[in-house]
Amino acid sequence: MATDPSILDTFFEECEDLIVALTEGLTEMRDGAEDDETVNAVFRAVHSIKGAAGAFALDELVGFAHKFETVLDELRSNRLTTDENLLRVLQRAGDVLADLVEAARDNIPANRDQVDPVLNELQAFLGDEDDQPEEEFVFEAMTLDFDNAEEQSGYRVSFRPSHEFYACGHDPELLIKALNELGSATTSVDDTALPDDFGDFDWESGYLTWTIEIEDLATDLGILEIFQFVDDLCDLKISPRDTPLTPGAAPAIELEDLPDIVQTTPIEVAPKDEHPPADTPPVEAPSTGPKADAKPAKRNAISLRVDPERVDRLINAVGELIINQSVISQRLEKAAIPNSSDLFADLDDYKLLAREIQEGVMAIRAQPVKPLFQRMLRIAREAADGTGKDVAIVTHGENTEVDKTVVERLADPLTHMIRNAIDHGIEAPEQRKAAGKPAQGVLTLTASQRSGSIVIEIADDGAGLNRTRIRAIAVEKGLIPADATLSEQEIDQLLFAPGFSTATEITNLSGRGVGMDVVKTAITTLGGRVAISSVPGKGTTFSITLPLTLAVMDGMIINVGGQTMVVPISSILESIRPNTSDISRIGLHGELLRIRGEYVPIVDLADRLGHPPDKRTMTDRVLLLIQTETVPQCALAVDDIFDQRQVVVKSMQGNYGAISGISGATILGDGKIALIIDPDAIALNAAPRNFEEEALHVAAS
Amino acid sequence: MSQQVEAPQAKQLEFVTLVAGGQNFCVEITQIREIRRWTPVTILPHSPFHVLGVINLRGAVIPIIDLAVKLGFEKIQPTERHVIIITAIEDRIVGLLVESVSEILGVSADMVRETPRGPEDPATRAIQGIIPVDDDMTKIINLGALMPSLDPVAA
Repeated sequence: MATDPSILDTFFEECEDLIVALTEGLTEMRDGAEDDETVNAVFRAVHSIKGAAGAFALDELVGFAHKFETVLDELRSNRLTTDENLLRVLQRAGDVLADLVEAARDNIPANRDQVDPVLNELQAFLGDEDDQPEEEFVFEAMTLDFDNAEEQSGYRVSFRPSHEFYACGHDPELLIKALNELGSATTSVDDTALPDDFGDFDWESGYLTWTIEIEDLATDLGILEIFQFVDDLCDLKISPRDTPLTPGAAPAIELEDLPDIVQTTPIEVAPKDEHPPADTPPVEAPSTGPKADAKPAKRNAISLRVDPERVDRLINAVGELIINQSVISQRLEKAAIPNSSDLFADLDDYKLLAREIQEGVMAIRAQPVKPLFQRMLRIAREAADGTGKDVAIVTHGENTEVDKTVVERLADPLTHMIRNAIDHGIEAPEQRKAAGKPAQGVLTLTASQRSGSIVIEIADDGAGLNRTRIRAIAVEKGLIPADATLSEQEIDQLLFAPGFSTATEITNLSGRGVGMDVVKTAITTLGGRVAISSVPGKGTTFSITLPLTLAVMDGMIINVGGQTMVVPISSILESIRPNTSDISRIGLHGELLRIRGEYVPIVDLADRLGHPPDKRTMTDRVLLLIQTETVPQCALAVDDIFDQRQVVVKSMQGNYGAISGISGATILGDGKIALIIDPDAIALNAAPRNFEEEALHVAAS
Repeated sequence: MSQQVEAPQAKQLEFVTLVAGGQNFCVEITQIREIRRWTPVTILPHSPFHVLGVINLRGAVIPIIDLAVKLGFEKIQPTERHVIIITAIEDRIVGLLVESVSEILGVSADMVRETPRGPEDPATRAIQGIIPVDDDMTKIINLGALMPSLDPVAA
């Protein structure tokens, strides 16, 4: 239980962000933005809320989000046109969705009076063709509530945590506390299973059985919710309070031959009604008692809770320290100080210390991926249940540490990928048997650290990608021309194209093909890459490669049009000083670089950034061969390259705004700012030239 | 006694007076973070005419705006004698290049006059009031209105 409220919290935190994005998108739409990207953004937000809400069985939320999403999907595929009325309904739907999220968070029932009219209005846009089951589903949930309300007035919960329960670090105290919050409760404990001889005491075993009687409780939903994360880790019995308590209701006791010993009764929660726990044997708690049994899995790890903002401030300050250190080194090199001076030795020490502090501070932000993986396990289990497939889920490298932001922002993409793997990757049991594979599929989630990067792999042993089908779908959806010649890798990459979905039917699980699009965007924003490798019949592996930290980057320092700039090393394949024979002209301005028999387009970086045109020929310049996700290869023409170094990445967004082709800025040793090139953007729009802007620049300089 | 004096008195305001495009202007002191000498900037690609570039202010990347251009005057040719006023406009930090900064002007709020409305002009649109000073007067620049959203360059 210890980690589970925090998972729910994380979900609601993410929902808040998604709702902000949703509201922004809707506002933009209202203000006249009709481009696909805006609609897509709104759609994605709703879809992500639906997906995550599904994982927590928030049925009202899922039902509503589904309908909302369906309308947006119609809009996205131009089957609906934007008009005043639609915009108004969408706006209201956005509000209702936010309300539903809030209601779910505060655990209060949603206001149906508010929800139903909007649902009906949404339905009105869809006509009759919407999938009815979804709606019935919503109603079912409602009736269920009513039934329970009339039948039950109290519940008896009896649970006995298993060894695994404690091993996972759960704490019965928290469960009991939560149960007490449901209504007036009476707690009792059965300690007959306790070993008699202290020597036989296994402090990680669950010897105690708690029975909690809760009065005035209409449904057992609240109880199930409390136990939803641990129900497979303990013997749990929930029965209406008026059923007689049979002795058999107590869970099986394995170590019956063990008589009483002194022990601590870990009932630290006073029931709200303040009745003494009726069945509790009056046990004294001697200070020598093995108190550890309450939280055996919790080692004496002392941790510090710190406001993340403080850590970020520290990281910023350390970034400054590093920059300041290189400023000083550079100035000392220029000053005429004899090489023999002690100063340089001291400077080296300074350098070392600064790096050490930086590493230390970065380590504060690092978090193990374990909680993330735990959450994914749950999603995988649910996906497996939902599809009726038998899937074993294996995780490796849970203790690999990743920057906090990365952990947070990976949740969404991983959810999509895992659902896809189970929904589309792993076959149904019969199919597996027919293919000579064990009926149970295996999904492996691995995290590891490889030379400055974190690699997260999601591997299934399913049928592998059906490339013929992917191709056919891409052609059908107009993503590629019917006669395109694509390599296997290029076909695999089609999975990430917006609006691509391999599922012929829309399932509640992995959705409508926004999934992989979202995955790719999310991972690219984190500075990472996704690769797919798939063997027909053997399975598919998605590998996500992410930088260790977002704050520091390896960059190549270059000079363009008199400005010092930085190109991320990760995108540079090689640097070339071309010969005249390597350059061929194409058209009026275009030039191609011939390299190992291939022709690669040359992008003049200065021109692309709107600097005055450079009269020098390519042979006087340096070409950086870059490879990006979007464009296979291209050569960036720059004036000069200097060296390779680690730079501290600063965002341009806060005080200025996004600049096309620039991903951020950094501060160089001389205290000046150098802009960081975004190779993807540069390569992608080898820009339609904006002559007006250019004229202004010429005038400015 | 002191009560009698203070109660009817209007709020005291402080302004920093400056010269841009050869004219007197002032900015409320609460919006000003600091004043620096001109330092060369890093030019931003595709930036509007009034954006000179960015500078490093103790680790933060701060855009520098030519206030004269923004007010519709000739572009300032920056030299070491020119001054950058670092201002906080809402939650953004922006540097304004001006010709010079003269003094801190303390006036009571009732001294501020409304801007007489003449023909529309980039400068008058950004003036939220005028203050008579001796024989002359100075114009209060409304930074928020001057730079509603810092024209992030369209991609």
